[in-house]
Amino acid sequence: MQLDLSVPAELMIALLPEIVLTVGILFLVLWSAWRPASAAHQRQVGILSLAVSVITLGVVIWCAVRSNSAGPGPLAVDGFRWATDVILLIGAICTIAMSLDYQEREGITAPEGHVLVLLSLVGMMLIAGARDLVVAFLGIEIMSVAVYVLTGLNRRSPRSAEGSLKYFLLGAFSTAFLLYGITLVYGATGTTEFAGIAAQTGRSAVLASPLFRLGMGLLVVGFGFKVAAVPFHMWAPDAYEGAPTPITGFMAASVKAAAFAGFLRLFIEGFPAALAEWHLALWWLAAVTMVAGNVIALAQRNMKRMLAYSSIAHAGYILIAVAIGAKTGVDVGVTGSSAFVVYLFAYTLSTMGAFAVVTVLAGPGEPYLDMRDYSGLWTVRPGITLAMSVFMFALLGFPVFGGIGFFAKWYMLQAALRGGAEPQVLLAFTLVFTSVLSAGYYLYVVTLMFVAARNEEIPVPDHPRRFTGGVIVAMAILILFFGFAPSQVLRTANRSMLYPTQVVPVAEPTVEPVAAATRQSMPRR
Amino acid sequence: MIVESLFFSALLFVVGMVGVLTRRNVLIIFMSVELMLNAVNLSLVAFSTLHGLSGQVFAILVMTVAAAEAAVGLAIVIAVFRHFQTADLMNVNLLKG
Repeated sequence: MQLDLSVPAELMIALLPEIVLTVGILFLVLWSAWRPASAAHQRQVGILSLAVSVITLGVVIWCAVRSNSAGPGPLAVDGFRWATDVILLIGAICTIAMSLDYQEREGITAPEGHVLVLLSLVGMMLIAGARDLVVAFLGIEIMSVAVYVLTGLNRRSPRSAEGSLKYFLLGAFSTAFLLYGITLVYGATGTTEFAGIAAQTGRSAVLASPLFRLGMGLLVVGFGFKVAAVPFHMWAPDAYEGAPTPITGFMAASVKAAAFAGFLRLFIEGFPAALAEWHLALWWLAAVTMVAGNVIALAQRNMKRMLAYSSIAHAGYILIAVAIGAKTGVDVGVTGSSAFVVYLFAYTLSTMGAFAVVTVLAGPGEPYLDMRDYSGLWTVRPGITLAMSVFMFALLGFPVFGGIGFFAKWYMLQAALRGGAEPQVLLAFTLVFTSVLSAGYYLYVVTLMFVAARNEEIPVPDHPRRFTGGVIVAMAILILFFGFAPSQVLRTANRSMLYPTQVVPVAEPTVEPVAAATRQSMPRR
Repeated sequence: MIVESLFFSALLFVVGMVGVLTRRNVLIIFMSVELMLNAVNLSLVAFSTLHGLSGQVFAILVMTVAAAEAAVGLAIVIAVFRHFQTADLMNVNLLKG
């Protein structure tokens, strides 16, 4: 069914998952403030939040099955949006489940924490569906402001406060870049809708105008900050280390996924005609991010910082999907956006699992975050060791043991070679080379757990609590299951690719809007 | 008028950016970020004389978002001040690596 977004009722259908989620959040905010904060109340709010996100997941799947499409408007109704929504919801459900146990263990009484995860989820889902720069900006802000608070959720910890401060300052700084980029693109093209921008770029005067180019450059910087691409990554390790561990997982997986979804859609649907202008910048951004992220990660000994740099490296791999540009022509094969969906799915599963294990092994108060504290874990906790090995292999993209992680990297490689405007052999080579490099820290953890001798001074870690254990088991099983039966994921990803807007070149000799306006305003002075 | 406004807003943006990059006091950094956001607002209003009202509507949206950010940001600054007894970023350095 083709939805007409100018009719309120049909706009409601297009926005149904967000509306359901928002209604749930409003109820939960009231409910969490209604009673005096206590451990039991917090647990209740957390379980209700889980229920709301599961209901939203159901609505998203219903929308995906109905497979509506939308006419021109600020919102996209397509497979890419629903696929991204499902990935984001998986991330949020895992985060809330982990936070339930984590807040109980650490004695943090903040029932609002679970609701804030859902609030930032609304922002993320808006980004995934935004086909207008204003909507994308609003989504990014809703997401970011909620995550600033989540980072500082542990009010007794100075580290949490510091991480939150650094994240906030650089987040606000990057917002200003993003906003200036949006403004300049709006100034150059006269519209904020992706389709309108793409249509305007058919005019060579717009394409060549300094306003438009500077605007695109600032948008790359702004999104670069949000996805933590090198050299805009300096906030990430500090914020990731300071935040409560489940929230770190949320930031590494879902926040990054949502920012990337907006990034990809903007550059494929909004700037397809300007590929020549932005391709090289993103090419270098991807290459530098892959190399620097992996090299710095090799030097880390703190698990949270190691996973932070590893998430920066993964941002580099995902950037390939953006940098290669959209495929033109009719033959449907691997494209950047379908590889992107598979990669995000695998990355979210493995990151969430890894952070769940880190949460468990860190112990109350989180003193055991060093890699060497994991030595000889196999002798005391074989189950956790096996699960952690699966997550490390999946992040590495190892065949068989890494499950779906292998297919994600393989698909990204295929996209780099055949999915873009032209084959990117060097990027593909960098992807393979840096993945081999990343074995240096992923496999180091695995080796420590299996081979090294146990340090007897470190107490045997507790068994995972109910929800965290559930997350660990579910993620490990999903990774392995889809590793042996990946066809469904790959098929869904192929159905949810983005199509570049067709740009018709306009030959009329036009004057730049700003120049024209200046000319008009001249006599008045 | 448009070129002058755009130039002035770019200037304000750069002043704010330099402020963020060179200052060490959290509140002054925060003020500089607000300066950058308001520079963007100026551009938006200037552009909306060309492209119609949507720029002005977006400017109001930006102000709203900036207010929300300020509320959260100042709360975070207070939380940091309670732990470190300072608003100077040089002294807030537990996280390193």
